[in-house]
Amino acid sequence: MTTVVATSGLSPQPTMTSDEALVEAHRCLMCWDAPCTRACPTSIDVPGFIKRIATNDLVGSARTILESNLLGGSCARVCPTEVLCAGACVLNDLHERPIDIGRLQAYATDDVVFGGFELFTPAPSTGFSIGVIGGGPAGLSCAGELAKLGHSAVVYEASEHAGGLNTYGVANYKMDLPTSLAEVDFIEGLGVEIRTGVAVGSDLGIDELMEQHDALFVGVGLGSVPLIGLEGEDLAGSEDALEFIADVRRSGCDMTGQTVAVIGGGNTSIDAATQAAMSGADHVYLIYRRGRNDMRAYPHDIERALTNGVEFMHWAVPVRIEGDDRVKAIVCQRTLPNDDGWPELVDGTEFRIPVDRVLRATGQEKRTSWFSMLPGVETDKGGRVVVNDSYRTANGRIWAGGDCVNGGKEVVNAVAHGKAAAFDIDETLRTAAAGK
Amino acid sequence: MADLSVNIAGIDSPNPFWLASAPPTNTGDQIARAFDAGWGGAVWKTLGEPIENTYSRYSSVDINGQRMMGLNNIELITDRTLEDNLIEIAEVKRRYPDNAVIVSLMVESNPEAWDTIIKQVEQAGADGIELNFGCPHGMSERGMGAAVGQVPEYTCDITTWAVSSATVPVFVKLTPNITDIRAASRAALKGGADAVSLINTINSITGVDLDTMVPRPVVGDKSSHGGYCGPAVKPIALHMVSQIAADPETDGLPISGIGGIATWQDAAEYILLGATTVQVCTAVMHYGYRIVEGMIEGLSNYLDSKGMASVNELRGLSVGKVTDWAHLDINYVIKANIDQDKCIGCGLCYISCQDGAHQAIGAERSGDRTRVWIIEDACVGCNLCSLVCPVQGCITMQERDYGQTHMTWVEYTGDEPPGELYPRPKHGLTIGG
Ligand SMILES: Cc1cc2nc3c(=O)[nH]c(=O)nc-3n(C[C@H](O)[C@H](O)[C@H](O)COP(=O)(O)OP(=O)(O)OC[C@H]3O[C@@H](n4cnc5c(N)ncnc54)[C@H](O)[C@@H]3O)c2cc1C
Ligand SMILES: Cc1cc2nc3c(=O)[nH]c(=O)nc-3n(C[C@H](O)[C@H](O)[C@H](O)COP(=O)(O)O)c2cc1C
Ligand code: SF4
Repeated sequence: MTTVVATSGLSPQPTMTSDEALVEAHRCLMCWDAPCTRACPTSIDVPGFIKRIATNDLVGSARTILESNLLGGSCARVCPTEVLCAGACVLNDLHERPIDIGRLQAYATDDVVFGGFELFTPAPSTGFSIGVIGGGPAGLSCAGELAKLGHSAVVYEASEHAGGLNTYGVANYKMDLPTSLAEVDFIEGLGVEIRTGVAVGSDLGIDELMEQHDALFVGVGLGSVPLIGLEGEDLAGSEDALEFIADVRRSGCDMTGQTVAVIGGGNTSIDAATQAAMSGADHVYLIYRRGRNDMRAYPHDIERALTNGVEFMHWAVPVRIEGDDRVKAIVCQRTLPNDDGWPELVDGTEFRIPVDRVLRATGQEKRTSWFSMLPGVETDKGGRVVVNDSYRTANGRIWAGGDCVNGGKEVVNAVAHGKAAAFDIDETLRTAAAGK
Repeated sequence: MADLSVNIAGIDSPNPFWLASAPPTNTGDQIARAFDAGWGGAVWKTLGEPIENTYSRYSSVDINGQRMMGLNNIELITDRTLEDNLIEIAEVKRRYPDNAVIVSLMVESNPEAWDTIIKQVEQAGADGIELNFGCPHGMSERGMGAAVGQVPEYTCDITTWAVSSATVPVFVKLTPNITDIRAASRAALKGGADAVSLINTINSITGVDLDTMVPRPVVGDKSSHGGYCGPAVKPIALHMVSQIAADPETDGLPISGIGGIATWQDAAEYILLGATTVQVCTAVMHYGYRIVEGMIEGLSNYLDSKGMASVNELRGLSVGKVTDWAHLDINYVIKANIDQDKCIGCGLCYISCQDGAHQAIGAERSGDRTRVWIIEDACVGCNLCSLVCPVQGCITMQERDYGQTHMTWVEYTGDEPPGELYPRPKHGLTIGG
């Protein structure tokens, strides 16, 4: 069992009471061929699980969710439901609030995820063993499905805890650390073995794993946010936004009195900026080289950042960071779109903002060199691992999924990959055995 | 503002809204507050033989989170002393001379018992009495209530005794736990009743506690069947009211309609089907006396919108619009129509017609939405899709005039049908063969 460590005081939304859940569940129209289910990458039968809540069958509701998505508990909290299930809810067209599918899903799964009762009994042992590299959502989903099917699944995780970005990366106001760790325990409870503190490639060789296991699944995600190459980037107070969020999650963080600049226009920068604002920062700037509509962050997340007082600086790029031993200011320059809409620096527009911290959220590194260790596995120009429809790589014994395959999307996509890969691994191993 | 005052069997009431004999009319204090709120009349909680109640008394049926769509009770008649009630009746009448105070009664089946109590309540000032022949539980085991109401001869006999003792109008309250309600209303009229009130509650068990397996309401380790009321029973009561209103044998017998009334619309429907006053219990038990404000205003606005000066103009207008099935126009053709601009793509019309009606709706995925359309030739115009559609005015039923002649079943099967039967979609053999 993992031990729960301290978290910051910024709690996620409280779970629903049974009264709230009943009222909300009864609002569901029970659509046929429901758009919410179609919008879910793991195809959860949303009306089905909601109807079970309405009829007081929480066991059936949890089963309906978790059979499609073993990480239904964290997805309930971290999924951008506004652009997935709830975004597809037909009630939007009635100008009504869509069903709060995320919170209903948390309500339905909490008892199971927090160890209230056991839902699944593993199939009889198949004798096959699969090594899973990376204990993030992709790896956990894959390993859990494999264990349910009767395979022995061993997860190798480099960090102290499994869970991947669910444990170290998602903003605390979406999901707290204990929830992620409880989910890891739940996956372990399915019969998965998790070995933490093992970095494959350095602590343990690929060859060894290939020997020990009948198949491998790789879900190593992406790397850290690399240095941008600015003068002064090595000063104390200038850091990777992911590190900042991980720190908040590990030990909480009081940013009272500080002024923070976050660089980037994607989901990570929005989360880091909102998290800093929620942690008490005096002022948070989000610096992005293009306009509001060019941001990759979701509109609802942008809205939340604005509500929390984050100030957006569009059409600006940082040119250097100033300070003695610590960050004192960030110097930026204005940009303007060229004919293709791309930002170009405008001379003589430099301006200086005094800040105490600079968080860079300009995109995570791909683990291209790490993948070159895997025999036969190919990566594309963007550094993504190349797989077929069943998430198998060019090496017939190695499957891959999650951020390392799609270049960085959502938890639910990683879960969907892991599940699909598990089914293909199962079928491949059984077919091969039957053919012998 | 239209005149809402009515006169039923000689009793004046400022409006047709009465409280039914039940917990809301248990005490003088309650009835005084109800009259202050605007209720036109009240039927006092039934007086009679001494009783004691169980503690646990009610259970209900909730539908999709809506509370008390049906209410069930195993409560008996009043548990208060006759003396207290008589003092309070007199006091209420003294303070509210213009409101109708009817006193509900139920005593043993002998003429002396009825004579004694009728004299007592008349002396207290009751404007009328209501004979409770409806209570379906407890009292019936002692030969009263529904035990009387279910046997037309008993109904007639006891009504006769009561009418001969009473100087004020006598209402007979009917039980719906009978095959044909007209047998009961005819018996009441034969006994000399001035009016009938209906319905009393319907025999029911609302459910079972799935942990202890004791039906509800749970009284220790057992339960008993109770009487069902509330919104769920309104359609049953409306039908019975309309039957009596249309019955030539009870022509002119005033009706006080009861069952699931909670809004002015409910009341208007009862009045349209022949009721002069309406009585309310469950809705007040749910929301309190205050609901009458909206009922008065709503009914009055409705009458204004129909250009009617008095609620009396409304009474019975729908009675003639209920007929036997055999006299319906079987050539009246309607087809469902979907307003694509309003459709939100829930697919409920599709699946309901597909599995529960006539497979007359098509559906396909269109982007992230579901698109549905009516297959006009297959549609029998049953209305189901328009009933399940969650969007107001999205699915409407539209009349089709193909030049077909009006024709009833009787005419169609008679010697000289007035025209052809317009064809309707029907399935031939669907599997096997
Ligand atoms: C700041 C941030 C916020 C996000 N917020 C959301 C959100 O709110 N909602 C959402 O749905 N998605 C969010 N995402 C995206 C989401 O976290 C990822 O898509 C998802 O975690 C991908 O899962 P994964 O298993 O592929 O990779 P990861 O979660 O990155 O897990 C990979 C795991 O592999 C381990 N590992 C790596 N290399 C090795 C090795 N050599 N040996 C052993 N173990 C190794 C890592 O330690 C890690 O635990 C966010 C991402 C970031 C960066
Ligand atoms: C459209 C419709 C048609 C029905 N036709 C019949 C029938 O032909 N024979 C029958 O015994 N009951 C018939 N019923 C009654 C049902 O079998 C059932 O007794 C009744 O609807 C109560 O059940 P429910 O509350 O689940 O609807 C019909 C009900 C409906 C709604
Ligand atoms: S009216 Fe009845 S038959 Fe016609 S489309 Fe609707 S459900 Fe189907």
